Amino acid sequence: MITVTDAVVRYPAARVNALDGASFEARAGCVTALVGPNGSGKSTIVRALIGQVPLATGHARIGAFDCATADRRALARTMAVVAQREEPAFPLPARDYVMLGRYPHHGTWSALGPADVEAVDRAAHRAGAESLMDRRTDALSGGEWQRVRLARALAQGGEVLVLDEPGTFLDVAHEMAAYELLEALAREGRTVLLVSHQLNLVARFAAHIVLLHHGRVAAAGAPADVMRGEVLEPVYDWPLVVARDPAVGAPVLIPLKKR
Amino acid sequence: MTARRWLLLVVLLAVACAAALAIGPVSLSLGDVARALFGEGDAQAVAIVRDLRLTRMGLAIVTGAGLGMSGAALQGTLRNALAEPYLLGVSGGAAVGAVVAVVAGLTASVALPVAAFAGAAGAVGLVLLIARATSGRTDPRILLMAGVVVGAFANAAIMILLAGAGEGAVRNALWWMMGSVAGADWTTVLWLAGYTLAAGALLLAVARDIDLLALGEDAAAGLGVRVSTAMRRIFLLAALLAAITVAGAGLVGFVGLVVPAMARGLGLRRAREVLLGSAVLGASLVVAADVVARTVRAPSELPLGAVTAIVGVPFFLLRLRRTA
Repeated sequence: MITVTDAVVRYPAARVNALDGASFEARAGCVTALVGPNGSGKSTIVRALIGQVPLATGHARIGAFDCATADRRALARTMAVVAQREEPAFPLPARDYVMLGRYPHHGTWSALGPADVEAVDRAAHRAGAESLMDRRTDALSGGEWQRVRLARALAQGGEVLVLDEPGTFLDVAHEMAAYELLEALAREGRTVLLVSHQLNLVARFAAHIVLLHHGRVAAAGAPADVMRGEVLEPVYDWPLVVARDPAVGAPVLIPLKKR
Repeated sequence: MTARRWLLLVVLLAVACAAALAIGPVSLSLGDVARALFGEGDAQAVAIVRDLRLTRMGLAIVTGAGLGMSGAALQGTLRNALAEPYLLGVSGGAAVGAVVAVVAGLTASVALPVAAFAGAAGAVGLVLLIARATSGRTDPRILLMAGVVVGAFANAAIMILLAGAGEGAVRNALWWMMGSVAGADWTTVLWLAGYTLAAGALLLAVARDIDLLALGEDAAAGLGVRVSTAMRRIFLLAALLAAITVAGAGLVGFVGLVVPAMARGLGLRRAREVLLGSAVLGASLVVAADVVARTVRAPSELPLGAVTAIVGVPFFLLRLRRTA
């Protein structure tokens, strides 16, 4: 479970707080989506969870760990993060890259063993990246790279998964497959926190949506509670309507033309 | 496959070493060299091999291994294939430290590396500070520019320090700023080898952090790396290794650039392998470069740094083209 309580983050030389008292929860067993306009604080929350930005006040917790003080390696065994951008400086075979997900399970000198190879194979299979394992990371398309990164996060093996825009660069089929996989992973008992701009997809797969605005939680709840015109319009500052998808019955956001 | 790669590296080093011991004004056969190493045979050959060529080779090995590992660590951590101690001004900073120590009269084999390390650590700090102040995230191009600027500043500082010194000291310092393993003696070589082994071992211990930092800082943090601590540690170790080489052999550029790329070209991928491979390849390269430096225009010698630069500059340009 992820618990963020009254989190305040101020970047040096910034005039306003990037997070301004945000509180929310992401429970185990379901997908929680973190949405909001650009600059609303979504990525700052992800960076606070991995200890890359200090909280001025408030707390960010993963289960029993306090993100600010926890042993980083123990935290990495509990929570795997797929950040927005990540690219090896020097190309690797994809299998070696996925294997990096096993590093938090090892000390300085302990060798990676058969258990790690097995975890990597299992993760690659689940992420649909098996056929990519022998390719080099710089020879993968954007979508293939996303799947390999998801495999790396799964190889880490934590109870908590945090993904920043997992659908980027994926075509419709792969995007749907990725979201279905995340839903399945959550049903197995994991905590899945999803940062996304894809409100319509999120509305179908997330059980809980947290809408951020200016570093604060503007609304939070089931998709039906958050996906409402009067909630979203002031936050995105754009005229829009929310309809109901005729095929699957999920709320669908339709942005209108401004003039 | 992996075993064959390491065998190749060791053979390469062995060939370079054999050449270093056999080739020179008095050329010796490999049999002569082997006998001389055990103190047998011609007394003159024994003196040449053991007192002159072996010490020189030893210093070349230490220098090459240190520069190779320093470059490998910097490249991985900074995610920049052009990073190396010489181009980043780290060696220049070390040179300032060393010159200050020499001017102050501290020339012991123990003290010189420490002074050089202080200078190198200062330079690393300064380069990163400049690069981050200008571009927030470390932009590789700005990082290199910061390195060039800090290197130029180091040069100026050395010139000022030497302005009051005698002509002999200036000549010595000049020679040393172009890099040379000529003045090697056993005490120095052993001290420097000890420092290099210690720093190299510590770097191997944090090699997994280098693997993860090569993915980017946030990705590394998500995989359990305490990013700022790990980076500080790696930069200090890389600076220490560069400082040791500067204390022993002066400014030898481009080895730290060329060698990690060769190691990766041989298929070494994990930071620990790249570090070890760079140590062996760097040692081979500097030993070979020194053979070239002292034979091309015999009986006079070329500066070692000039030889490595002639290899390194075209390589740098090729890399630059590929990165840009």
